[in-house]
Amino acid sequence: MLTILALASVILLGIVPQQSEAIVIYTGWERHALVGSDIRLSCSFFSWRWTSDDVTFSWSYRADGARDSISVFHYTGGSPYVDNKGPFRDRLEFVGNPGRRDGSILLKNLDYGDNGTFTCDAKNPPDIVGRASSVRLLVFEKVPIQAGVITGAIIGAVLGLLVLVVVIYYLMRFLVARRVFNLSVSKHGKKGKGKEGSQQRQ
Amino acid sequence: MLLILLAVLILHLIILVLLFVSTIANAWTVGGTKNTDLWYSCLTTNVGYHCSSASNEDWIQAVQALMVLSVLFCLFSLVFFMCQLFTLVKGGRFFFTAVFQILASLFVMCGAIIYTVMRPDGEKDAAFGFAYILAWVSFPLCLPPLTAMCE
Repeated sequence: MLTILALASVILLGIVPQQSEAIVIYTGWERHALVGSDIRLSCSFFSWRWTSDDVTFSWSYRADGARDSISVFHYTGGSPYVDNKGPFRDRLEFVGNPGRRDGSILLKNLDYGDNGTFTCDAKNPPDIVGRASSVRLLVFEKVPIQAGVITGAIIGAVLGLLVLVVVIYYLMRFLVARRVFNLSVSKHGKKGKGKEGSQQRQ
Repeated sequence: MLLILLAVLILHLIILVLLFVSTIANAWTVGGTKNTDLWYSCLTTNVGYHCSSASNEDWIQAVQALMVLSVLFCLFSLVFFMCQLFTLVKGGRFFFTAVFQILASLFVMCGAIIYTVMRPDGEKDAAFGFAYILAWVSFPLCLPPLTAMCE
């Protein structure tokens, strides 16, 4: 029984590293942003190997409704190369740290035309087998405050404060009354003992 | 003494009614066929009377909250007044009644000020409606009962 378990564990340990040598890339699933704002699209990966000097990050963009994607960012050989001809020229910035497996980019001054899917592909030689991960960007204009939210908040806050003040007031009164009661009890106690002592002497 | 208390009670009720009307009536800004705020924005066209919700901006919601709070506090003040009428010892003060009434008048003042400052102008023939005027009227009405009660 024990030998079978040992054999099984050895086989599993033998199989698993083969599969887990694939690189796993993490980006968000969906990102929401306001028109005109900046957004940071994060991309990081997990690899069983140490981060090599030849690590590469690659971002590509496919607009909503478009059929193919264009490459907008590439990091290789220790230097980043940002988009200087496409839709994100002068708007893209590399803010990641490849040494810490972070290949995030910063998109500035978003517009409605930036709605789409961004795909990050990272390679950590010799760990190059992996699946690229995509994050969907949604750009929308200012979300109006819902009716009644602020109204309810103000009313609730003031009434809550009122209840708190009332509770504290009654607590103070109760505590003060208790202290007065304790003092009077101790005074009566001393008086009673004094009377008893004088009676005994008599 | 009894006369003063009766006068204070009647004044309390008048203030409460004014605050209720000011909060509920939808006539803070009127002009021609349109009357707006505090809760709806209504338009009279030749086919009928159409209302939509007032704008969701933060200042209108703050004014709504302050007006509702002032009505609530005026109500509390009235309740306390009735309670203290029957339970107060001779020479006592209507403390809680005065406090709640002060707070109610403060809230009305804040609400009316916020509305005055933040109302978007530039609309032709848009004037202040009667609900707005009632809000301003009820604010100084709170003061005489206070002096009567604090004596």
